[in-house]
Amino acid sequence: MARSFTPKVVTANALLEGDAVWLTEDNTWTRDIREAELITDEAHGDLRLLEAQARADEIAGAYLADAKSGEDGPEPTHFREAFRTRGPSNYHHGKQAG
Amino acid sequence: MYKYNDFDEAFVRSRVAQFRGQVERRIDGSLTEDEFKPLRLMNGLYLQLHAYMLRVAVPYGTLNSAQMRQLAYIADKWDKGYGHFTTRQNIQYNWPKLQDVPDMLEALADVEMHAIQTSGNTIRNVTADHFAGAAADEIEDPRAIAELLRQWSTDHPEFQFLPRKFKIAVTGAAEDRAVTKAHDIGLRMVRNDAGEPGFEVIVGGGLGRTPMVGKVLRDFLPKADLLPYCEAIVSVYNLLGRRDNKYKARIKITVHENGLEKIQELVEDRFTTIRAGFSGHDQELLSEIETAFAPPAFAAKPTDGYEAARLANPAFRSWTDTNLSEHKADGYAIVSISIKKHGATPGDATSDQMRVMAELAEKYGHNELRISHEQNVILPHVHKSDLAKVYAALREADLATANIGLVSDIIACPGMDYCALATARSIPIAQEIATRFDELKIEHDIGQLKIKISGCINACGHHHVGHIGILGLDRAGVENYQITLGGDGTQTTSIGERAGPGFSAEEIVPAIERLVTGYLDLRDSPAETFLQTYRRLGMEPFKAILYPAEDKANAA
Repeated sequence: MARSFTPKVVTANALLEGDAVWLTEDNTWTRDIREAELITDEAHGDLRLLEAQARADEIAGAYLADAKSGEDGPEPTHFREAFRTRGPSNYHHGKQAG
Repeated sequence: MYKYNDFDEAFVRSRVAQFRGQVERRIDGSLTEDEFKPLRLMNGLYLQLHAYMLRVAVPYGTLNSAQMRQLAYIADKWDKGYGHFTTRQNIQYNWPKLQDVPDMLEALADVEMHAIQTSGNTIRNVTADHFAGAAADEIEDPRAIAELLRQWSTDHPEFQFLPRKFKIAVTGAAEDRAVTKAHDIGLRMVRNDAGEPGFEVIVGGGLGRTPMVGKVLRDFLPKADLLPYCEAIVSVYNLLGRRDNKYKARIKITVHENGLEKIQELVEDRFTTIRAGFSGHDQELLSEIETAFAPPAFAAKPTDGYEAARLANPAFRSWTDTNLSEHKADGYAIVSISIKKHGATPGDATSDQMRVMAELAEKYGHNELRISHEQNVILPHVHKSDLAKVYAALREADLATANIGLVSDIIACPGMDYCALATARSIPIAQEIATRFDELKIEHDIGQLKIKISGCINACGHHHVGHIGILGLDRAGVENYQITLGGDGTQTTSIGERAGPGFSAEEIVPAIERLVTGYLDLRDSPAETFLQTYRRLGMEPFKAILYPAEDKANAA
């Protein structure tokens, strides 16, 4: 049996600030993972990643990250991706600072 | 200190101008990230978890007051008002914006600094004993050699695309404070039978996923042969080093796979071939550089008041007990400023703190500062009669923590709070351990103990050479911390041994507390350090402390 596909989001770093961004369904980059497109189909995921990677003057380092469906939209499943939605734990800097 | 000549100045400025153009082309879309990445890395610019990170070289850990002030200015103007001092004597800014980086580099060039070769597969910033030029146990100040190596290695056309990064450390002292045995090349100044200074050349040391203690390639290398000999080593490595596998590409693997004898043979051959090409220009340059590192004019004056101040102020006395080291000049001391306040991020200094340290160096320290690989700042030359004033000013700036060499003087890499390569966080673990031992009020009883934390196997936090090493890993999607014991980064370098299964983020601080308080019962006297006790007793009693339940199960 083929391995099951876990849902994904396309994420990257914004070109100028370098902070985490996620790809939305309507092809914009959002700073809030909850607004991202949750991809449940593997082939669609590959395609969305290719499209994201082509946008070289907006972002850097696009990749597919595991996510799950939450109450307000996609949520990270791994702690690394969770940190990317917040910022560092030693200072109130990054996304958590608003 | 070394002053840039016209060539240095023009070179650094031209690199800033080139990078400015590259950034513009990246932003307007004419360069892809794949094209831009090697260019930004050549200039010390990384892309991390939450932002870009700019790594600035502090050559051989030496700064003057104007440079430290400029680092503060850069932190305020283009970052978030602080900087992070690293285990390679560099400073990192965690929040630069891409379009600002050329201006940051320009501001660095204004004070003869740069970020060149702080990344990439090149010869990186040459590190040195942070007490260089001040230590009582020193043969010669190693910084002149370090500067010569910097000039030789910067933009060296043969060595811009090595199999992997290449790190050189140099010390002029008997006590190895520069971890020379864990570098690609380690240089320890020694004297030959005739009493002339030269170098013991160590090669193939390194930490990371395959930790290795460096091996002696040459017992004694005359000073005049240093540059051609180093060039021979890097040249041999450049051809022989593996490019097929990133994890087998460092020179430690080249030495391990080929054997020390073969490397020796190849290096000596290569050295013979190129030696004649070094016709003496390097030695002329070296003597010029040596003049630049002439010791300051030390004052011969009484140390009156110092002992009285110690007697009068117990906090000052405690600080002088832990944070001072012996200076070569009468009446002077080396001051280590702890950037490890209990509960704070190891190695982080605010711009205000940087300015205070710059001012103290200017007023009381012959205008010199050093960054240690242990992430502290050093005032290398302070007269004892000024120590009470220095202490008072440090206290005002929250920089007077008396913990150098103690359990809370922890090395920690940025870990997953910042680093894109990390597998777990390091900083919160360091913060919690320091806070806990401060609550227990036992760190002065514990004595010398080095805890070093890395947030991934690459070992930027030097965990392999910590008396207690902590390595943060990702175990099935959860942060997990492995403990190693018995590591040592000095002239008696050893790689720590893994104690057993890892601990969760919640368990690791209690485990360290158990380990350290357990050591207090095991040591044969308060004078026996943690490392000495470990070397006397071995792993078993420590393992029993760390894994008590398992111990009982085994006994049953």
